[in-house]
Amino acid sequence: MPDLRTEVMEVNMGPQHPSTHGVLRVVLKTDGEIVLDAIPYIGYLHRCFEKHAENVTWQQVIPFTDRMDYLASMNNNFGYVVGVEKLMGIEVNERVERLRVITAELNRIASHLIALGTYGLDIGAFTPFLYAFREREMILDLFEEICGARLLYNFMWVGGVSHDAPDGWIQKVLDFCDYFSPKIKEYNDLLSFNKIFIERTANVGVLPADVAISYGCSGPTLRASGVDFDLRKNDPYSIYDKFDFNTVIGEGLKGTVGDCWDRYWVRIIEMEESVKIIRQAASDMPDGNVKEKIPKIVKVPAGEIYQRTETPRGELGYYIVSSGDKIPERIKVRSPAFCNLSVLPAISRGIMVADIVAIIGSLDIVLGEIDR
Amino acid sequence: MDPFGRFLADLIPLFNDMPAWLAITITGLIAGTLLLVFMAVFALFAVYLERKVSAHMQDRLGPMEVGGWHGWAQTIADAVKLLAKEDLIPKNVDRILFKAAPMLVFGATTAAFGALPFSADLIPADMNIGLLYILAVSSLVVIGILMAGWSSNNKWSLYGAMRAAAQIVSYEIPIALSLLVAVVIVGSLNMSDLVRFQDGTIFDWIFLKYYGLGFIAFIIYFVASLAEVNRTPFDLPEAESELVAGFHTEYSGMRFAMFFLAEYANMFLVAAIATSVFLGGWLPPFPVLDFIPGAVWFVGKSLFLVFIQMWLRWTLPRLRVDQLMYTCWKVLTPFSFAVLMIVATLIII
Amino acid sequence: MAQYFRNIYETIATVLIGMGVTFRHLFTKSVTLQYPREQRELPSGTRQKLFVNIDDCIGCLQCEKACPVSCITIETIKAEKDEDLGETSNGKKKRMYLTRFDIDMAKCCYCADCVFPCPTECIYMVPEFDFATYDRNDLVFRFSNLSDEKHKELIEREKAKEAAKQQPPEAN
Repeated sequence: MPDLRTEVMEVNMGPQHPSTHGVLRVVLKTDGEIVLDAIPYIGYLHRCFEKHAENVTWQQVIPFTDRMDYLASMNNNFGYVVGVEKLMGIEVNERVERLRVITAELNRIASHLIALGTYGLDIGAFTPFLYAFREREMILDLFEEICGARLLYNFMWVGGVSHDAPDGWIQKVLDFCDYFSPKIKEYNDLLSFNKIFIERTANVGVLPADVAISYGCSGPTLRASGVDFDLRKNDPYSIYDKFDFNTVIGEGLKGTVGDCWDRYWVRIIEMEESVKIIRQAASDMPDGNVKEKIPKIVKVPAGEIYQRTETPRGELGYYIVSSGDKIPERIKVRSPAFCNLSVLPAISRGIMVADIVAIIGSLDIVLGEIDR
Repeated sequence: MDPFGRFLADLIPLFNDMPAWLAITITGLIAGTLLLVFMAVFALFAVYLERKVSAHMQDRLGPMEVGGWHGWAQTIADAVKLLAKEDLIPKNVDRILFKAAPMLVFGATTAAFGALPFSADLIPADMNIGLLYILAVSSLVVIGILMAGWSSNNKWSLYGAMRAAAQIVSYEIPIALSLLVAVVIVGSLNMSDLVRFQDGTIFDWIFLKYYGLGFIAFIIYFVASLAEVNRTPFDLPEAESELVAGFHTEYSGMRFAMFFLAEYANMFLVAAIATSVFLGGWLPPFPVLDFIPGAVWFVGKSLFLVFIQMWLRWTLPRLRVDQLMYTCWKVLTPFSFAVLMIVATLIII
Repeated sequence: MAQYFRNIYETIATVLIGMGVTFRHLFTKSVTLQYPREQRELPSGTRQKLFVNIDDCIGCLQCEKACPVSCITIETIKAEKDEDLGETSNGKKKRMYLTRFDIDMAKCCYCADCVFPCPTECIYMVPEFDFATYDRNDLVFRFSNLSDEKHKELIEREKAKEAAKQQPPEAN
């Protein structure tokens, strides 16, 4: 009788696959259900953002930044305009800053809600997804009211914001905060503390702090590993230094520090912190003309700057080079999801196929941002 | 002659004049046709129910357009669409197995339906080993699934098939053990005997007997049966987010419809077994309610269990393969074994 | 062993809690709208379809320049000095014939960058969003309201002018 032997099976997960969150392709080398190696391949959604940016004016870049991380467009606008304003030496007034912070934090909640909902889908629970979208829809309604768009906002401009808040908008934001806080308990009941969910995510895909740092992870992925690093605190931009909020770090509540459940949990708590920031920013809103500092033609003096901001996915950096022209010389984007995804092969050896899905979901990647 | 044959003979006196072989053949044909119709109608209704239950649990409305009132004709339209679709067979599949698999799955399910006691008269085949027969025949489903996954020539399908094989074969054991509890109590494998034993009020039903042990057996059976029919939280063979669609990834149109039909029919099957073994089958909870026909009680109770299956599906995440096996071998099997032992001891004493 | 039983207990308890949540939602009102029949009120500033009030357009090409995806195409012909094209609603004098004002909504990225620079506020977004078509060319909206004859006449005139410029009139 010939010797029985097994073969390594290579499976293509994606680019069309329900749980790769877009057009990501992961080549899995598997031994039965055990994954020996997982190699992500990217580039299926490349839209030449950086090249586009070299051919349009400073103002026209903003709609393109929307389209990188399409789940958190406000945060993407934010980093770019803060960087350009620093280069130009523009100081915007308090009302603009507050509107920017409110919208950015609302968008952070919306983005985390999607992360939460789709994570539920990845693990196999359908219902939390719909509940998360129900709340997200309200945020999108708020955005539509202030800037007219629901997904790609083009709201923050160099020197101001495109629209002032309409009457009663601030009150609606506060109402939403009151409505939203209790809803988190519902997600916890349904998903976070569900034993099956915990079994699927706790102690899975443990990302140790040193590995996370050496791969350049950022955002909730890094904080879940127990590293206290939040650009809103550590390198404050805009007026984040005025607000009182906590950075959330993973504590290994249900398993090891830095496992999938921690990454998920950090996002849940971060939503609460964002609500806190919004409440502070929306109370006694100052008056002011939100467009007073918007230049007719944006002309940036020659120079370069690296501006990093904290998006829902982590450190989004814009390296902006200006030659003093009407169009940027070069804009390089350091996208957080790209760095976060790069850690996948390191933490996915010797686990099961189902865990790969759990890990990809917990990294909360957006392919639009990875490929740009 | 079977109760169903007697029932028909009462209805149509002509049967009494026929030779026995002809009468039996005709009764069989009638029973088979009725069962197929029942399965199809039930599957359509269950799919509709599933959609509505999931929609309302998720603050949605579900299908609302087709047919007018709350989209009642949606699943009929879908079924017609599936049947009218082009019959696609991918190029490199094993054609014989690929074509045979849905038929086998569907056939096994239909065969198992034959022994279900819908009411005192409506038992298509009332055999003395009814329960054993149902368990044995419905196990054939796993072969069909394996065939489907293997012949599809698709790695995801293969994963699904392997998972299904491991899962269904494993969960047969807690299912059999927990059903044995009832068998030990009643002392018969005959489905109608199992039901008749529970005559009386709701407190005579097996799931409320033996100081809660019957209830534990019932819960174990219910959980294990979820795995048997690939429902959440044990829907690994077709885990959408992991395996695309599992063993039926390459199927479309009519063949897919057969898998789908079989899946929903299977849901009813396991619910019906639980009903007749633990929940008093066609018997009303209190004799006062005797005026309602037995079949209504039977289908109603089964539908309630099907609803709970759906409820669980739209609440729970999915287990991983190793956890699935853990649940089966380290939780359900020992517990069902312990319950069986205790009940057996109690009966002897 | 204690952990084993606690796990079982936790599983059952959390499953029941989760089932409670979904059961409560079974009876809450749905949040969705039956779209084509029910439609939500869009807020006033909503950004949907671009619309040009061509009577107010002065042909300054500001919007064309602002568009990051070049979906607006404008062609103008200067009016003669003695021609009066009227005024826009905010009192600006019109000096251009708009022979072409096309917006390709298939290209449009709905950023509304064109809306803000317009000096006469004649290009804006209207709350009309269901304009899907089967042919991409149907998404090119032509706003120029010159009649064909007028259009031809203007082009002829422009050609004549060009010709006149290139061939200076014969001396004497």
